[in-house]
Amino acid sequence: MCQVDEDYIDAQLETKAVLSVSRKYAFCGDCFKEYFIHKFRAMLGKNRLIFPGEKVLLSVSGGPASSALLSQVQEGLSPKTPKKLRFVPGIIYVDEGAACGQSLEERGEIKSQLEMIFRASGFPFYVVHLEAVFSLPSSVLQCASSALDRRNESYKEAVDGFIQSACSGTQRETCQGSNSYTEVQTLLSELSTQEWSGEGGTVTNKSQPFTPEQTEAVRTLLASVKTLTAREELLKTLSRQHLILHTARVRGYSKVMMGDSCSRLAVKLLTNIALGRGAFLAMDTGFSDPRYGDIAIVRPMREYSSKEIAFYNRMFKVPSVFTSALDTKAPEKASIHRLTESFISKLQTDFPSTVSTIYRTSEKLNTACPRPIVDGELTEKCLLCLCALDTGAEEATAFHATLISENLSRNRMPVTIPALGVAKQQCCASGGEQKESCGDRVDGCHSVDSFTPELQTLLCYSCRLIIKDMTSVNSVPEYILSEAERKKRRRVMKQEIQDFLLNPENDAVEMNVS
Amino acid sequence: MTSCEETEEEPRFCEEAPGYRAKMAAPIDLHLEFGGGAELLFGGVKDHHVKLPSQSEPWNVKQLLAWIKTNLLRERPELFIQGDTVRPGILVLINDADWELMGELDYMLEDQDNVVFISTLHGG
Repeated sequence: MCQVDEDYIDAQLETKAVLSVSRKYAFCGDCFKEYFIHKFRAMLGKNRLIFPGEKVLLSVSGGPASSALLSQVQEGLSPKTPKKLRFVPGIIYVDEGAACGQSLEERGEIKSQLEMIFRASGFPFYVVHLEAVFSLPSSVLQCASSALDRRNESYKEAVDGFIQSACSGTQRETCQGSNSYTEVQTLLSELSTQEWSGEGGTVTNKSQPFTPEQTEAVRTLLASVKTLTAREELLKTLSRQHLILHTARVRGYSKVMMGDSCSRLAVKLLTNIALGRGAFLAMDTGFSDPRYGDIAIVRPMREYSSKEIAFYNRMFKVPSVFTSALDTKAPEKASIHRLTESFISKLQTDFPSTVSTIYRTSEKLNTACPRPIVDGELTEKCLLCLCALDTGAEEATAFHATLISENLSRNRMPVTIPALGVAKQQCCASGGEQKESCGDRVDGCHSVDSFTPELQTLLCYSCRLIIKDMTSVNSVPEYILSEAERKKRRRVMKQEIQDFLLNPENDAVEMNVS
Repeated sequence: MTSCEETEEEPRFCEEAPGYRAKMAAPIDLHLEFGGGAELLFGGVKDHHVKLPSQSEPWNVKQLLAWIKTNLLRERPELFIQGDTVRPGILVLINDADWELMGELDYMLEDQDNVVFISTLHGG
């Protein structure tokens, strides 16, 4: 029998409460729905980043948070909503089945379930397979400058202009700002030199867009990574960042919405600190991620805890499809992500303000201003994650100390410490016990070993750790290697012409002095 | 279970209220649902209609969890149950209401109750 002697009621409506969000406050069904929707709108409105008429790509993985995001956008755009949302959405789904070892039938089944959901929404959708990572152009790794300088046109002016043009019945294209904007978007979409094989929403493509060899190549790539942590990070970089970024560029989208919830961002924050990405916390967990220049990644779900999302999905029957990932059913200590997740969720049960405290801390982090211009060029970016390189090995940094100790433990002379240049490599046979890859392939090893340190100089600290974890760099997709080549050549060239370059910093100092 | 029949034959030693004995004897039908990835531990089946056997005291959620662990859970019990409660990160809804508002483990189950376990740890 029910034990109710103290009935929990919703304070506002005096009806029976169904969900408790914190120790003190409980919601009833209707209040919860209002609260949920209001948070979404407030998040978008407060940040004022999404301009009216802009094309926004929603990245949906099928999981609860991204399905909730999709349903919120659908609700926001439905005709009966007062004050509709004003952007043009599209959906992207990245099929990572090859990474998780799913069979073709399973992947097809999940894909068809998701396609049904996407079709019901009425937005154009794109299904991209992980195998397409091998046909990406190297322009993905280049940071395009922001196409239209939005600072000139303030948000308020843009909204007013949009409302005026809508009221007067003229087409949106006549509005000055968006006209040049769409032009530049079409130019950007010509960046790719190869045919982009993402499936569109209206075309039913019966044949497989990828070959079994590509699936095998993906498996080899991920199998060459030794630890689950590095594997997850690599998968995230390749699929979440590069594939989605490229699709957005090709299809003309200027913003990408991700469905990261508060709880996941709290886990991500602590995990990234452990992975060595502390310098980029603001970009990785903030509301907007501007590192790509022309495309901003936006996280509107970052204030919802996963409990609220699960409850909303249940109450309002939001369809979501469960897909197993790399770490499904993995033991607790299998990777840093798992460990952090279990740490935080256990702490949360006893101290319910854990997640919100971490979230508030992340809110206070701001994207740092770019470092002052060094050598007449903007600071270099990491090859893989496109964040500013934080491995300038000045003499007194902790990073420099780790490099020294690493070299000493490999029995190399400390004189030839790789600073920013190419390291002098002794044959790894002499320090053979340390490197495991030596034991496996002796003949190919020399070429791999001479390439890896050169690749490492182009990466930030955490990406270096990923590459170090790989047994062979050869299985990495072509576009990464070719971009690495290009950057190396530029660096060498710059060093050669270093003396002839004008240094604007020095000129300014001289002018001040004289 | 045998004590139940004994007390029915000798009502004098039974100290509960008369109506209570009728409830005590009947087995309970429950509709269990698993979502968010929790169904993987139950053979991929999301909906379970179960009949809890009758016992001397009414079933509470704590006993239900123990029953699930022995009878329904196919693998990796540590991913679902931790100690005598669910693993942190698993949301439990009883008749579409948060179990924290119903008393969590001490809630007494009734016939035709709907209990939902949603794992919030997976996916976004």
